[in-house]
Amino acid sequence: MKQAEIVVIGGGPAGLCAAMSAAKSGAGVLIIDRNKSLGGQLVKQTHMFFGSEKQYASTRGIDIPEILLKELAKYKDKVEIKTNSTAVGFYEDGVITVLEKEDKYYKVEPKAVVVATGAYEKFLSFPNNDLPGIYGAGAVQTLMNVHGVKPGNRVLMVGAGNIGLIVSYQLMQAGVKVAAILDAAPKIGGYLVHASKIRRMGVPILTSHTVKEAIGKDFLEKAVVCKVDEKFNPIPGTEITFDVDVMCISVGLTPLNELLAMRGCRMKYVPQLSGLVPVRDENYETTVENIFVAGDASGVEEASAAMVEGYLAGLCAAAKIGYKPDDFYERRKDYMNQLNNLRSGPAARHILAGLDQIRR
Amino acid sequence: MRIKEHPILKFNKEKKIKFIFNGQELEGYEGDTIAAALHAQGVKVLGKSLFLHRPRGFYCAIGNCSSCLMTVNGVANVKTCVTDLEEGMVVETQEGKGVIV
Repeated sequence: MKQAEIVVIGGGPAGLCAAMSAAKSGAGVLIIDRNKSLGGQLVKQTHMFFGSEKQYASTRGIDIPEILLKELAKYKDKVEIKTNSTAVGFYEDGVITVLEKEDKYYKVEPKAVVVATGAYEKFLSFPNNDLPGIYGAGAVQTLMNVHGVKPGNRVLMVGAGNIGLIVSYQLMQAGVKVAAILDAAPKIGGYLVHASKIRRMGVPILTSHTVKEAIGKDFLEKAVVCKVDEKFNPIPGTEITFDVDVMCISVGLTPLNELLAMRGCRMKYVPQLSGLVPVRDENYETTVENIFVAGDASGVEEASAAMVEGYLAGLCAAAKIGYKPDDFYERRKDYMNQLNNLRSGPAARHILAGLDQIRR
Repeated sequence: MRIKEHPILKFNKEKKIKFIFNGQELEGYEGDTIAAALHAQGVKVLGKSLFLHRPRGFYCAIGNCSSCLMTVNGVANVKTCVTDLEEGMVVETQEGKGVIV
């Protein structure tokens, strides 16, 4: 069995920052990531980030992994990286089972763990929603921005949150037509600066609209949408049919954190944090000692918050196993202040309400 | 349907790779995943659902949803959205659960 001081599961923005923070304190870190390279979903974010400088605002998401990995390389004698490796089991004995390259299993016994496994895309119910051509907005982003392949010719975007708006813009950058953007809510959920940019390019944003059904034999050929009333019930006679070969579902993310539930951490359903999340204290330690969480796995927010949560969880995990640096309290306070600042706007009110429900 | 011009990104698609899809020779590029190479060739249907045999394409493209499972080099249930394309690969749409070799 492999021994490790701190295991970080997931090498996206939260995991990389957790690893860096723990290594900076002097702890040995093992990063486990199921992808072939690190960076998580940053690798497809071609847009410039919001937030403040400390979280790389005005830098494109695709450029952030390189910055973080360069920083992490400073601690290379402390950090071991295992890519193509999936943490598939994590039980009461605290041992993590890792599947490497789909054919080799091994076990790791850590002193502390930071789970930074991210989130996955939610789905939407409507007739024929399983037709090929109906993809998660993030999937389309991966296809276009990582692989350079167009998803199709004409797209209907479902969801006018930031992801829906940003991916619509990126579709147009890739030379794909966006027929319209829908949202069941009466108001656009994403930043208006994104929405205005898209409207200026001639794409209608239909609020209070939802998908009634998808039409197609082997793949999507048409989509029928309709208006909804204030209780989200479809209003008959308001149907519009779009000739589209792609529909992007962008109705939010939900935390991907089964490993924590498997390990026995107390979980709670918190709608404001987009799903089942672990109860934790202000250091991001869960109800199981020395098991920490960071990033979207702890509740869906933005990558900027994920990075700061990573720094905080990594710092506190290292301190818990004996690597408490002299400036521990200053660093902790700095990260907590950064999180408070990121969550100070009106858009983060629901996050604060959610956090109130899961504090240990 | 490859992106030819992009204001931000450059795609290094240089080395061509030949592979077999349902008995037919197709081309992709080194660095493609199987699903991306197929999609670029207009192949959206990657398999059929277990019971109702409805067409299945990918959904998440990052290895979460298992909607893209295909039989690759005789091995069933390969997540084609996160598996790299290799020269001479034999890729088949999968009907049902697939057979364990």
